[in-house]
Order: sequence, then structure tokens, then C-alpha cells
Amino acid sequence: MSFITRGFSGRRGDRDPRLPPGQTLVSDWPVLSAGPTPEVDTADWAFVVRTENGSHTWSWDELRALGIEDITTDIHCVTHWTKLEMPWRGVPLDRIWESVETEHEFVMAHSYGGYTTNVPLEDLLDGKSWIAFEADGEPLDPEHGGPARLLVPHLYFWKSAKWIRGLTTMPTDDPGFWEQNGYHLHGDPWQEERYW
Amino acid sequence: MSDAGTVASARVRKHPPAAWHVATVADSRPETPTARRIELDVPTWPGNDAGSHLDVRLTAPDGYQATRSYSIASAGAGTRVVLAVDELPDGEVSPFLVHDLQPGDKLELHGPLGAFFVWTPPDVDEAPRPVQLIAGGSGVVPLYAMAAAHAAAGDATEFRLLYSVRTPEDVFFRDELAALAAAQPSLQLDFVYTRRVPDGWSAPAGRVTKDVLDAATVAAASRPLVYVCGPTPFVEAVAGWLIDAGHRPGDVRTERFGGS
Repeated sequence: MSFITRGFSGRRGDRDPRLPPGQTLVSDWPVLSAGPTPEVDTADWAFVVRTENGSHTWSWDELRALGIEDITTDIHCVTHWTKLEMPWRGVPLDRIWESVETEHEFVMAHSYGGYTTNVPLEDLLDGKSWIAFEADGEPLDPEHGGPARLLVPHLYFWKSAKWIRGLTTMPTDDPGFWEQNGYHLHGDPWQEERYW
Repeated sequence: MSDAGTVASARVRKHPPAAWHVATVADSRPETPTARRIELDVPTWPGNDAGSHLDVRLTAPDGYQATRSYSIASAGAGTRVVLAVDELPDGEVSPFLVHDLQPGDKLELHGPLGAFFVWTPPDVDEAPRPVQLIAGGSGVVPLYAMAAAHAAAGDATEFRLLYSVRTPEDVFFRDELAALAAAQPSLQLDFVYTRRVPDGWSAPAGRVTKDVLDAATVAAASRPLVYVCGPTPFVEAVAGWLIDAGHRPGDVRTERFGGS
């Protein structure tokens, strides 16, 4: 249904093919959070995976000892900005899942502060997600989700839950916090799965 | 996970559905030296909660599109949708909306969006709760919508707005806010001018501090619902002080703009 907006020409020549539809390139890093930024000390931090078979907990050092990878990736926020070629460091979820057994196909990510977001397991495994501790060569700032956040860069960035504290598997794809508040259940930026 | 806090337990309400709409510009006039108030007629608009936002999509003759989100200054069931757009100096969309858009022009909108950073009048079975609004600059737009919705609902619940703004000329909805406060004893306005104060103002120009916040907001002991909207550093500082003052994290809702 699109029509030409009278008088609008836009910026010429900066349409990078790496930008999904409706996205604009930024060089800074905007912050999007529903509430205050929680302060989480890595000495108290723990990461818990809960399944129908029980739970498994990793301390900060235990999780990092699973093996940290360098990642360079583009990130896409539902509020229409994209950052390209951003360097990250984190532990692939595949390493964590070597100790996890579940028949469930979905997970709810839980954060310090109460934030939740749902993600299908197939969007997290096979090199698709990390528990990330560093971005742009620095420890992750609290306002950007530090000390650790989920990193699922092929989905809109609200799925990359800040202040991650654990994952709970589930048999069905139940909506998390933003998904209950208007955002899409899945969130593929290339399909513009922004809202429901 | 019940220990996950109160953010996730926000009550699920019925909200108007988001969809694409065609809007016609009904009116456009200066709001401040850098911002413009744009009134849109949207015949298919389903109404919106106070505090929600929408996406504006512009299309160039060659098919190039640019989309941005804007908070909505209006609320309720009507089909007149009001925006107040501050021009970003390096912006692509806001300069067009501020300088080039004229009455009669058509725009594509997607919305209403957002069901969390919204205020709705309490249901009959719900205990009324005081509300504290805290705005930095153009972050006042969704909070103005909440203050107006509160007045329109005839709600007697205590409502306060603390508004940090550069100069008296930079105040958005100045006359409307004054009229709301005059008509509604339960609404209290507190201004903090960061660069220049009005004539006869008792305090010097300066930023919001923890002391200002403690003196000019609803006390944590009253358990207000708090909405904070503004530039990222402003919201980060204010939200941190609110937690220090004893507000529960789940009672503080934030909307930030710009980078860190």
C-alpha cells in the first residue's frame, strides 16, 4: 500500500544491502530497556538452565571456562536501527547445551530484573547464539546488558535478553515480556517480524 | 519464575491492535524553536492508550523508504492523532517532518505500538495508584498524553510531572499543561530548567539532581507508578536515583532515546 511521500527524497546512496527492510544505520549504540538498569555483580552472578529433567547452574568462571569465542556480527533493533560489523565475545550456547537434555523445542530467557523473552531452540543452537560478556572490545556496560546478555543476532535485538540469568525450556512457544506487550513472537528482521 | 520480579507480572489488558494506516496532515505548527506539533487525521485509527507510539514510514520517488518511531501526544478513542517532533540536527526523517510536511500531505503510519509504557485509568476493581511522570526534553510527549488522559478520565489519583527542559521556550505543550493543572487539583507540575530559567524563577538553572528528585516527586512510601522518558543518560541517572530512594524496580517504567 506504500505511496510516495510528497517532498521526501531521503539520504542518497547509503542503502547498504546488509540493512534489513525498514532499518537505518547507526554508529552509536542506542539503549532500549523497560525499566531501571539492574546492577549485577559477577561474584553473585549465576546462569541456570531448567528443563523437564532438572536444572544445571554455572558460576561466572564456570561458564566462561566452557570456551569464549570472538564474534563479529550485525545487530538489528526493532526500533529501526542497525549496527554493522560489531565485535563481541561470548560462550556459544552449543557448549552449554552439551550438558543439557530436553525434549522441549522452545526456551524462555530470564533476566535479572524480571525481563523475559521466548526463543525457539532452533534459533539458539548450531552457532546461532552466545552468552556474551564483551562488546566493542570492552566488558558489557550494565545499560547494554552487562555483565552478560544473550546474543541472538539474527533476530531483532530484544530477543538478545540483557542481564541474562538463565534459560527455562518449554514445550510450547509462550510469549515473553515484550511479546506480551506488542512485539512479534519470533522477530526475524529480514521478514520485518516486528509486531503482532 | 516468580522471583523474576514484578516487571513480567504486569497486568495484561486489551489494547487497540496495530495496523498500517494512511494519515492526512490536518495541521502543523511550531511547538518549540526546534520542534513542530503535527496533527493527523487517521480515519481508520483504532484509538490508542496514553504513552504508546507509532512508526512513520516515508517513501521517496525511487522507492527508498525511511521509518522512525514517534511517541503519540494524544490518547483515547479519537481518529485525530497528535505528534510533537523535535528536529534532530543530523536526522533524515525529523527535518522533513519539521520543515517540509504541509497540511493535506499524506503519511503512512503503523500503530498504535507498545502496551507497557502506557497509562490507563484504573479499572473499577483496581485500587488507584499515584503516578509520577519524569520527562527530559522531548521525552515529555508520551507523559503529556498520560497527564491529559488522567484529566479526561476525571481521575482523582495523585499525578505529578517533573519536567527537565533547557529553557522556558523549549517547553512542549506549555499552555495545555498549565490548563490541565489549573483544572485538575490532583495534577502537579514541577519544572527544572537546565540552561535558562523564566523571569522571577526562584531556583538557578541546573540539571535534575538526586535532591531535586527527592523534593519534587511522589515519595516511594506512597508506591507510585513511575514513568521516565528522555535521553539515555538522563533516564539512567533518574532511574538509578529512584531505586536508591526506595522505589521498586518493577514500579519504574522507562523509555530512552539516543545512544549511551
